[in-house]
Parts: sequence; C-alpha cells; structure tokens
Amino acid sequence: MAFVNLKNKEVQAKVVFYGPGRGGKTTNLEYIYSKFRERIKSDMVSIKTHGDRTLFFDFLPFEIGKIMGYDVRIQLYTVPGQVKYNATRRLVLKGVDGMVFVADSQKNQREKNLQSLKNLQENLAIYKKSIFRIPLVLQYNKRDMEKEGMPILSMEQMDKDLNSQLKVPSFGASALSGENVIPTLKKIISLTMASLQKVLK
Amino acid sequence: MGPDYEDDVTFTEYTLGQEQLEEIEGILEKELVKSGVHSVLLIDMAGNIISKADNGACEHDVYSLAALASANFAAVDTMAKIVGEEEFSLLFHKGENENIHFSKVHDEFLMITIFGKEVSLGLLRLKVGEAIEKIKLVWAQ
Repeated sequence: MAFVNLKNKEVQAKVVFYGPGRGGKTTNLEYIYSKFRERIKSDMVSIKTHGDRTLFFDFLPFEIGKIMGYDVRIQLYTVPGQVKYNATRRLVLKGVDGMVFVADSQKNQREKNLQSLKNLQENLAIYKKSIFRIPLVLQYNKRDMEKEGMPILSMEQMDKDLNSQLKVPSFGASALSGENVIPTLKKIISLTMASLQKVLK
Repeated sequence: MGPDYEDDVTFTEYTLGQEQLEEIEGILEKELVKSGVHSVLLIDMAGNIISKADNGACEHDVYSLAALASANFAAVDTMAKIVGEEEFSLLFHKGENENIHFSKVHDEFLMITIFGKEVSLGLLRLKVGEAIEKIKLVWAQ
C-alpha cells in the first residue's frame, strides 16, 4: 500500500523482513544500517525484550533516490519471529509492498522455516494479498554456520522446501558477516519498484 | 488463490490530489502550528506520512515517529477491545518538555500533535477537533 504524495513528489513504500525466530531478520537490518549509515538520516528503531528478542518490530527508513521523478523512500520493517507474537506480525504487515523471507539454514530449523512461510501466507491473505503475487525474495541465512561445524541444509534442499512453488529469487547469505545482505536488499527494492512502476504508469 | 486477491502492489485506498494536500497542510499550519503546537503529522495506519507542518524549530525524526505511532495506536486499540471498550478516546503522553497527543481522524488516519508547556491540553484538544472537522471537509470534496 504505497503512498504517493503528489505534492512533494514522494513515494513511501514498505518492505517487511519475515521469517522464523532467531533467523537473522534484525541482523539484516543492522547490517544495512551499518553499511549505509551516511545515507540514512535517522536512527534504526528497535523494540526489543530484555532478552534481545524483537518484541514489536525494527524500523529503518531508507531513501533510494528518484524514480520517474518521484523521491522514493523505502521503509524497512522486521516482524517478531516468535510464534506467540502473531498478532504483532499481522499489524506490521499492514500496507506491505515487498517481502524478504529470511530462512534459517540450520538443519534443525527446517520445520520452523516451513511453519513461518505458511504463517506468512495466512497473514497476507488477511490483507487480501497473495504470497504468489507480492514482490518476494527468499534469503537462506546462516550459511556461515557450516564453517563452525553445524549441520546446514543444502541450497537445493532449501529451494525444494520453500521455493518449489513460489519460484522467486533466492540468496544464500550470512547476515552476521553481511554476505549477500545487500544483494538481497537490492533485489527486493528492484522487484518492489518494478511493480510500483507498473501501477504508476 | 481466489480471484479476490488484489494485485501485487496496491496503492492506498484513498487518493489525495495536490490541491487537497495543500489545503490540509494549510489547515495544520493555521489551526495548530499558529496555536503554538511544535509539530503536527497526519499519518495513515500503515505508518505513511500524508501531511506535516511544524514551527521550523523541530528536528524530530518524523518517519520513525510515524511508524511507531501507527503501531502504538494499533496496540492501544487492541488493548481497548480486550477490556471491552470500542476505543480509548484520549491518547496522550506527557513529558517534561514535550507532549504527544494522538487523535483518530477516521478508520485510516491519525493525527499526531507534539506540543510543549505553552499549550494546555484542553486548548489542544479543542484545536485538534476543529482541524479534524476541516480536514474531513477537504476529503469530502
């Protein structure tokens, strides 16, 4: 639900990072914030519990320049991943324009990825949005865990689990080291902008 | 997937022309900033800023404020329902130097007013009420 301000020639669009708890959604935003600090005028907002888990959401506004004469401002949000916070996740999804699904590559998290993706589909449906039509990018995070001897799922396995029907762009990534975080972001921004452009015309 | 799904990207259900936005900004300026309010924002429930006005001396991060305010409003609204209220009519945070007042304009919009000690809550509520009535007239156009 992007807002187009005809007076200031400004577009505001919302991109939400979704996925299972402790999957690295907040870490993605923190990396983006550290990388583009000089371009991001405001501070990153995080509402956390005492145990450093996201309670409500993280928020990072991001100016990406002009498209068709409009200043485009992307608002990045994360949702709380913990299963019990579904009502909060729904609130954050209101008005979403693009999604990044951050999956956890660790073998023992396989089921949680599937549950979270299903939960995303259900929550989008509440806003009459289809997971098959919204701009979406999958990120298979924590690829670096392999080096530490943790068993991780192969990229092929993750694609089969999560992307066999969706068929959207996917990236193996490590949010902690920043590997493929920016390519993920660039991809979702370009997908979101492409569909905005279609409607702006 | 049923056929009732909306397109991949949807725009806000409301559209406001340039003239309407200018009129709204004029109302915020005249009714509120001239009455001594530091800053006023009109936002939608997804956290987008629709219109804003301030006294020129405010350097708040309004985009973060709008995101938090819409989420806060949704949370408080849910709290109201839990205790059996339709909604809480007065939403107001008092600080030492700055205060924030929230007012629902209608189902999709919120007005956030930031003001200091110079303005009493009573006067503010009166002015906010008047501004909202005028903004509704602009929408009705």
